[in-house]
Parts: sequence; C-alpha cells; structure tokens
Amino acid sequence: MNLWQNFIRPKNLSEAMDAFARAARPLVPIAGGTDLMLDLEQGRHEPVQTLLDVTSIAEMTLLEVRGNELFIGAAVPVNRISLDPLIATHAQALAEAAALIAGPQVRNVATLGGNVAHALPAADGTIALTALNAEAEIAGITGTHRIPFQELFLGPGKSSLKHGEELLVGFHLPLTNNHQASCFKRIMRPQGVALPIINCAVWLERENDKVNQIRIAVGPGASTPWRAAEAEKFLAGKSMNDETINAALEILLAQIGFRSSARRASADYRRHIVDGLFRDVIQSAWERAVLTLKL
Amino acid sequence: MKNKISLTVNNIQYSLDPIPGETLADLLRNRLRLTGTKIGCGEAECGACTVLVDGEPIMSCIYPAERADGKNITTIEGLAQRVHEVMKLHPLQEAFVEHGAVQCGFCIPGQIMTAYALLKRNPNPNSDEIRFALKDTLCRCAGYPTIENAIIAAAESLRTGEPVKLPNIPDSIHTHNVVGHTHLRPDAIEKVTGDAIYTDDLVFDGMLYAKARRAMVPHAILKKLDITKAKALKGVVAVLTADDIPGEHNHGLVIFDWPTMIGIGERVRYVGDALAIVAAESQQIAEQASALIEAEFDLQPVITNPVQARQAGQPQLHPNGNLLKHIKVRKGDMDKGFAEADVILEHTFHTPITDHAFLEPECSIAVPVKPDRSSGDLSGFRLEIYVGSQIPYQDKTQVARVMGWDESRVRVVGQLMGGGFGGKEDVMGQIHSAMLANVTGRPVKLLFDRHESLLVHPKRHATQIRVKIGAKKNGRIVACESELYGDTGAYASLGEKVMTRATTHSAGPYDIKHVRADCYAMYTNNPPAGAFRGFGVTQSAFAVESMMDMLAEKLNIEPVELRRMNALHVGSITNTGQELKESVGLTECIDRVEGEMLKVSGLSKVELFKPRVTLDTPHLVRSWGFAAAYKNTGLGGGAPDISGADVELYEDGTFQVRSSSAEMGQGLVSVMRMIVAEEMSVAPDKVRVLVMDTDLTPNGGPTTASRQTYVTGNASRYAAKTLRDEITGSMAEKYDVKPEQIKFKDGIVHVNGTSLTYADVYKEMKGMGKNPCVRYEYEAPKTQPLGTGGDMHFAFSFGVQAAEVEVNTQTGEVRVLKVIAANDVGMAVNPLGLRGQVEGGVMMGLGNALTEEFIMDNGYVVTDHLARYRVPGIMLTPEITAIIVEHPTAEGPYGAKGVGEICSIPTTPAITNAIYNAVGVRIDKTPVDQEMIAREIWEREGK
Repeated sequence: MNLWQNFIRPKNLSEAMDAFARAARPLVPIAGGTDLMLDLEQGRHEPVQTLLDVTSIAEMTLLEVRGNELFIGAAVPVNRISLDPLIATHAQALAEAAALIAGPQVRNVATLGGNVAHALPAADGTIALTALNAEAEIAGITGTHRIPFQELFLGPGKSSLKHGEELLVGFHLPLTNNHQASCFKRIMRPQGVALPIINCAVWLERENDKVNQIRIAVGPGASTPWRAAEAEKFLAGKSMNDETINAALEILLAQIGFRSSARRASADYRRHIVDGLFRDVIQSAWERAVLTLKL
Repeated sequence: MKNKISLTVNNIQYSLDPIPGETLADLLRNRLRLTGTKIGCGEAECGACTVLVDGEPIMSCIYPAERADGKNITTIEGLAQRVHEVMKLHPLQEAFVEHGAVQCGFCIPGQIMTAYALLKRNPNPNSDEIRFALKDTLCRCAGYPTIENAIIAAAESLRTGEPVKLPNIPDSIHTHNVVGHTHLRPDAIEKVTGDAIYTDDLVFDGMLYAKARRAMVPHAILKKLDITKAKALKGVVAVLTADDIPGEHNHGLVIFDWPTMIGIGERVRYVGDALAIVAAESQQIAEQASALIEAEFDLQPVITNPVQARQAGQPQLHPNGNLLKHIKVRKGDMDKGFAEADVILEHTFHTPITDHAFLEPECSIAVPVKPDRSSGDLSGFRLEIYVGSQIPYQDKTQVARVMGWDESRVRVVGQLMGGGFGGKEDVMGQIHSAMLANVTGRPVKLLFDRHESLLVHPKRHATQIRVKIGAKKNGRIVACESELYGDTGAYASLGEKVMTRATTHSAGPYDIKHVRADCYAMYTNNPPAGAFRGFGVTQSAFAVESMMDMLAEKLNIEPVELRRMNALHVGSITNTGQELKESVGLTECIDRVEGEMLKVSGLSKVELFKPRVTLDTPHLVRSWGFAAAYKNTGLGGGAPDISGADVELYEDGTFQVRSSSAEMGQGLVSVMRMIVAEEMSVAPDKVRVLVMDTDLTPNGGPTTASRQTYVTGNASRYAAKTLRDEITGSMAEKYDVKPEQIKFKDGIVHVNGTSLTYADVYKEMKGMGKNPCVRYEYEAPKTQPLGTGGDMHFAFSFGVQAAEVEVNTQTGEVRVLKVIAANDVGMAVNPLGLRGQVEGGVMMGLGNALTEEFIMDNGYVVTDHLARYRVPGIMLTPEITAIIVEHPTAEGPYGAKGVGEICSIPTTPAITNAIYNAVGVRIDKTPVDQEMIAREIWEREGK
C-alpha cells in the first residue's frame, strides 16, 4: 500500500495538462507537500496513483512584476516570499504572514498555493492575500483564467478548484504605490494544540491624516476568508484617530462571525483580543504608508 | 518507464530507481545507510530529519525522494572531513561537543544541519536570528541556551579561523583531579558526526518488521478477533494473538497487571492495548496487515478521571477494583495543628497528563542467536533484544517471564537512547518483538511511529490536589493537609511509587509539625501513567508552592522570607518522620536565588514581586515569581537500592567500566568514566564505558529517581578503589615493598622508585596469575517503608527557582524572560553535564507550565501527533542562570546526590507565581491558559 505509485514532474503547464488527461488516477497535485504528505502518511488521504509535482512547473515558480501587477507563482516557497524584495515592497502583509508560517525547514518547501488550496479560511497567507486584493490564476485543460481571490473558497476546506482538472497557477496583486502600505499580525495560543487563534491583515492608502482606501481581513471571521467590508466603507475618507478606529472596530465586531473552536479559543476571547490586534495592525500599516516608496 | 533519481549526497553521485511512496529520509537511511538523519516524528514537527537540499534546510521525512532528482543533498555525515583516516570536525560539530550541547544526541544532526545552513547564509548571526532559524528544531534534553552559545562560538571560529572558544563553566567547589572539573561526553563526537547508532539504525540479515494492532477503544470486552485477512496478505510471516503467548500473560514493573495482548473475552482498558502482532517482510506490509485485523468489541462505559474512578457504581477495571493504592502520610496531630494556626487557607489544583516526548520513538529488535553465536540451525537459540531501555535487567526478566523461559535465554543489548525522562522504563515492543522472533526464527524490528508512541507509553499522572495549610501570624507553618487523586490510567506501571512520592513531598520542603496527606492512585481508561522526571513531585510542588505564595500574601510576608523561615534544615524532621542529618542546602539555594534576582533585576526586595510596566507598553506587565522544592535521590521506601559495576584493566593500559545502567542523554557515562579516572589516577580518555548489556555488564538497577550518579557512581568508584587496592597488593608482593610505598599518579604506578605504566601493571598481574578486573556491588544505605518512621530516603536534593515573566493583559499571553535556578546537588561531578541537565530541566518545567497538555476525550487521545502536543522550542527559551549549591552527602560519590529531577520541579510554580504577581490571576490548573488570564482581567476590569 504505497502512498503513491507515480511521481511526475511536468516542466510546464501544458505537460501538466497532458498529465491530467493521461496519468493514472487518482491524481493529486503536490506542491510543498507539507500538508498533503502528512494527510497521506496519517491516512486522512487515500493513497493515490499519481502525484503531480507542481514545483517543477516553470510558470508556477516565478515571482515577478508584470505591468502594474505583481505575479507570485503558486509553487513559490513561502520562505522566498518572506525574503523577496518585491514582496517586501508591494505586499508587506504577505511577507509578514509568510515569515510566520511554520518553521524554516517547512517554509523552504511549503508554497503559497498549497497554503491557499487547502481552502482554510484563516490561513496566514490567505488572510494577507485577501487584504491585498489578489486575483488567482487558474489553469485548466481549456486554458487559463483569473478569478477574484475570495472566489477560490467555497467553505472550510472546500476550494472551488476542480479536483484533478485545474491547477492554481499563481496570484496577481496590484502594485503598491506611494502612500499605500499593508501589515499582517496574528496571536498564537501556545498551549495544547498550539495554533494561531486570530490573525489580521490591513492594506490602506493614506493621504496626510486621512484614509483614502482600506481593506481589512480578519481570520477566522467566517467560513471563507472574511473582509470587514462595513468597517472599510466607514473608514474610507475618514481621519485616522482613536475615535474613528473605535467606531470602525465596533462596526467590525457587529459584522464579524467569530466562533468558538474547541481547545483553541472561544468567540468571546477572539472578540476581546481582536481589539488590540486590529489597532496594532492598522497603526503599523498607517505608519508605513507615510513613507514615499523608492520604486 | 520510470526515470532514475539522480542525486548528489555529500558530494557523491547516485543514480537510483524510484520506489513508490519513498521519502528522502527513507532513501538516505535505508538505501544509502546514512542513518545520521533521524526520524523523530515523521510529521515535519521536530526537525531531527533536517538535511540540506541545494543548501536549504528541509524536513526529509515529508520530502518525496523523487523530488530530490537533480539536487545536491548534504547530510550530517557530510560535514566532517576525513583526511587520511583522521576526522576533522566542522567547527559547528566541535562547538557542540565542547560546549556540552550534546546530550541524548538524537536531535543533534537536525540542530547542526539547520545551524550549518544558517551560517552559510549569515556568518555572524545574533541570538534572534539563531532562534528564528532553529524555531522548529526541537531538543527535548532542551539545552537550547548551550546550543545557541555553541552556534555563536562556531560562527566566530569560522569567521576568524581561530579555534572554537570554550565555554566558561565554573568547577565544583569540591574538585579532585578529575571529578569536579568540566569533562566532555565520551559519546559526543559520534553524536555530532551522525555515526552514533540508535536502535532503529540497526539492520540485521533477514530482518522482519513488526506492527501491533491496537484496540483503539478505551474500554471494552474483546468479543471477536479475525486475523485471517492479515495472515493471507503476501509478505506476512506471522500474526500472533493472546492465544500464542507462551508464558505468563501479564507484564509490569512492580505489579504484573498489563496484558501482553488482550484475549477474547478479556477487558480492553485503554486505546493502546495490543490485540495482535504482525511480522512481515516490510514495514508497509506489517502496517497494512495490522489494519486488516478485524476486532469486535462490547463497549463499556469509560472512566475518564481518578475522581470518577473512586465513586460508587463505576465499572471496576481490575480484579481488585479501581484503587491502585491509598497512600497515607501522618505526622503530628492535625486538629491541634489547625487549632494553633492564625490563618488557614485551602485550595484545589489540577494538573493534566503530559508526555515525555523523547525525540527517539521506541524501537526494539529481537534477534535469535545460537548460544555460541554460530550460524545455521537455530536449535536452543537465545534472544538478543536491542533496545534503548531505562531498565535493561527488568526488560530481560519481563521478556523471559512472558516467553516462559529461563532468564538466561534473554540478553538485552542496550542501545544509545534518544531521551527517556522516565518514559522508557516500561516494556513497549520488547516482548512483542521477542515473541515474533521466537516463532519466525528471524530478527524482528518493532519501531513505534510517533503516533503509536503517544498512544501507548505511560505518561505523567494527571492529578487533583487539594491543599489546606495553616500558619501562625509570624509565618510559621503549623499544619498542612493534602488530598491527592492520581490518574494512573489503565495499568499500574510505577503509579504507586510515583504517587507515593507526590504524597510524601506534598507539603513542600518545609519543616511542619502537623502533616497529613491522603492520596488515591486510581485506575482509569486513560493511557497508563508512570515515571516522568519529577516522579509525582512536579505535580504536588505546583500545588504546595502556589499555596505558599497565597499564604505569603495573606500574611503579608515576603514569599522568599516565608520559605526561608520554614525551610527544612539539618535537624528537621520530614513529613515521613526522617531526621535530616546532613546535606540540606535549601537555605543556601533560597539565599543565592534571591541574591541573583536582586542583582540581575536591580530591584529592591519589595519591588521584585510587584507588577512593573513601561510607559510605552502599559499592557505588558512584568514580575518575578519564586518557588522551592526537594526531591529524593534513590528508590527509598525500604527498596534495596543496589548497583553493580565492573572495572577492568586491559593489556594496553586502558580501563573499561561496565554497568547495566542507562545512558539516555543525561550524562551517566561521563560520570562513570570520570570517577574511574579519578580513582585510577589516569586521564579520562583512558577509561571506556560500557552500559546496558545484560550479558556483559552487571545490573545497575533502574535508571530512575535521580539515583545513578549516586549508586552506579559509587559502584564504579568502589570497583575502581578495589582494583587499585588489588594492584597495590600485587605490586607490593611482587616488588617486596610496603603497600604505602605504592603511589598512583598521572597514569603511572610508582613502586618505590620504579615507575610502571598500567600496561606494565597488566603484564605483571597476569604474570602473577591475577585478573585485573573487579566487580563491586554497591548497596546504598538502607531506607524504611512509608509509615514506619525512620529514613525513607538516603539523600534529598534541593532546588529553588525564580522566574521573571511578562504577561500581556490584553491577550493573556505569557512570556518567561528569565529563570534563575539553584540546585543543591551535593557535589558537581561534571559541571558541564550538570549545566545541560539544569537547562533542560528548566525547559521541561516551562513546557509543563505553559504549553504541554496531553488531551483526552472520553478515553480517546486527542493529542495523538506531535503537531498537537506542544514541546517548547528555542523561541520560548528564557535566559537561564544555573547556580550550583554543594552541600555534600557523606555517602555519595565525592558528596554527590541526584540532579536529574530537582532542576525541573520548581519551574512551574515559579512561573505561575510570577503570573499572579504580575496580573493577580492565580493559576490553579496547568498548563497556563492565556484565555483564562485575559478573561479574568477583563471581567475584573468590567470590560
């Protein structure tokens, strides 16, 4: 009972699509494998005939500026994301989230695509990408197409990607301009099962002491990645001060669906600690946005 | 048509056929036999399997081998350079050895490879950068501060080309020629090069692989068991059930209540009970076959905790019911005591099950061999059991008992152990592999994966402890009453002994006139609980030391002062009626920790335990906490405490010292070597150490109760002394001089003007028909059983710790910033090894306080993977200051007593007391729950 029979390493997307058409099924794409390998080894995933290694697909390991967008291949290891200067410039929140995912040895193989493809609504990379207004590029046998990032998520652990037919190729992010910045932070609970209990990413554009635009993502806020849409609307055009932040927080709390998760955190606790976290993240993004970028 | 995997490993190119489902770790270990890469968890949690792929560290246990095609791999075996047969260590390896960063050694390849990658990228890393890089590379011996220092020293050496700078470790205040000075481990070099062999690294010709089918239900009667499908699977060689047990069905350490396998109609008492065992041609087939075994159960109601177990109307798990033992401590008159008290406090505390999480999972290999070790027909074979065990002679007895054999047919060949901490005292796979080797006539390896290790082996007892304490206004404690419930799980293991220690120590290291303690050690349907560093005292010290701070607050007395005025001292009578006649360094420990606290903090005595904040971070509150403890050295309670050692002089003038005592990373082999070197007046490298082989080494007894430095240290010492006396006698006779004229100095025996090397001495003795080999069986001073008064233990170690914490009042998060630990160890035989024990003990205590909880859900294990059981890593490591206090005990070797446990015991209450001092939240249940802290604060503040 081998966990897999064939391990194939397509060099490009067309080889991968070819494999989708021909390779023995069941077939599962594997990126870093830091979750999938455990699922296979621990029996949560049935053994498969074919593992299709996406880290060998050239298009999926690119990290580059394309026009007015940043492209991040789904198979780029998160460690590279945490260190790459392009990410540090255009997606600080993502750099910060990537640096917090697991430990260095795992980060060297784990990928952003894998982090997202599991469709967990509050994964660190996912929350950062949500605030950064990413789009996902998907390849299928009929070609590639783009969808808004959040449309990848149908529910906890449920991705809209068609299994065994589609690959998540990468993410497109708008470039960061002057007076725009982002930030990501999270709070852990080291006891027991030791998982992050809440995380938050904010992207904003600043004009002197005024918020021009803002995007706020908080996890776990719903069964799919959640944005504080009402709080965002409220803050747009407002001056940044304690009063507006307090009001925004109130709106956020009224809208968010925190739940209690056994052995991690109660909804109560999350409602309580989001206060400090939100202030902290928005404050950091705000301070960063004062700077003029050296582009 | 499959492609080959072409890869370069340590500069050697390989082209290999892919094997479906193979990981890089398997390829390296099984096909290239590069066994320096270790598997601690198989789930990318521990980092022991770290290798470099194209220069970047990765976890090889979840890295598909086929992905390594075209890659350049570096493993631990690739760092040292072998030039003309001489090994030149990499500076990292050298620094790990010299700084004493190597203990059990199992994590070391991962630590060094991770650090190696860091230094390639960053030649001058600071502490934060090192911690960030080593975040997920766990060390359960937990010498994190030393690992960090070793990396810094190696980095400097690499930058400057200068030799690795040595650590500054103060000597003992009672130094001799060898003992009392820092000394390197004899096994350190092989542990940093990857050459060290642990049980799973061994392979025998024709070896089969075994797997046990576990019940996976917590309480049931086994109705049916169908092994036909498993037997029919291709590659399966044997499937055995309870019907196939040749001898006694049960095993156990003190009480034989643990079935080797559960038979039809018999009771399953926990999820880890074995129903059947399989031997097959590969690990995969064995696992597949085990999954094909079908069991039917009549499920029974589950007993989830010891309080429930004692209630009426509960199912009875064992023939004598659910009570393993009611343990009683009685001293003085409680009514009188509480009547005298001005203040009485009472509180109940809870501690959870915790797991040792030694990084090396259990592995046993049983090998049938002919008595003369010849090949061919196996008739009359013996079984050799290769295993890392804390009690090799007990393994031998237990295997023979279940096999129905004379013990002489079993030999336990102890292997290097990747940590034990009490968790490798009970038999795990030893009997099962023996049974399978017996029926197949082939070597059988039984390796637990981390999941099975977590499910099956005995844990630390969960407890409920109620303490009622009474004191005079001036702070004198006059009465202490406690009631303990201990969850010993499905089987006794060492439960009775552990809970006895919890009970006798439950009033703390204090001189109290009236003491009463009742403990109920109860069977439940949880995994068995047994020995775990601290042996019950970890739990009761948390309770009583929390009470001490509550009392200090109530009486408005400084917590340090309250402990000082009640501290046990020479002349005190313990709770069990033992007069302490010597070696009570508690007050000095208290004084020195207080002094250090004042020094490093710059605060006054009053300020130490008050909350402190800085203006820009008012939500981060700091404070110190304080706790004291004591812990017996040795078995005590009337059990004969015996260890044997051989010391032999060889033809080349070197010595070997042998004892079947366990080296599990704690450093006993260094202690034995140093002691023999001391007594024979030779350099330590002239002494080799052999441990844990029941054919070749005399019984050293169990490695438990912080006893080995004392008992095997003494056995080694007296064996060496006796040998020296024999040499003296022989040389006096031979050279016709008085024995007093024979001197031993610097490896030379001076016989009235003639200088003999030990090689000469060997020749002379052999010429006289004498064998220069001595066996000494040392018996520690007699002790008395609990309840009879008198000396229950022959020595106690004392420990005091202070912890500085920072609590986030918004989130309840707790950070431990500093720990100061003073331990009265009698005498520091090897100060370097001692430091490793103290740092590791503190970290294990910190894990116990802040992160570790083995979670059960109605008899089922929730924390069944390492990912769910949080062992503290380097990121949580505080600054640890180790203070050694040396009040020698006359009978100990050079005055030494135990240290292995005491250094871990006060950490938890020191931390929880500090949390209270910072934010006023009393922790009465471990591990600390940050949500509970935050909630108490926001409720108090009416938010």
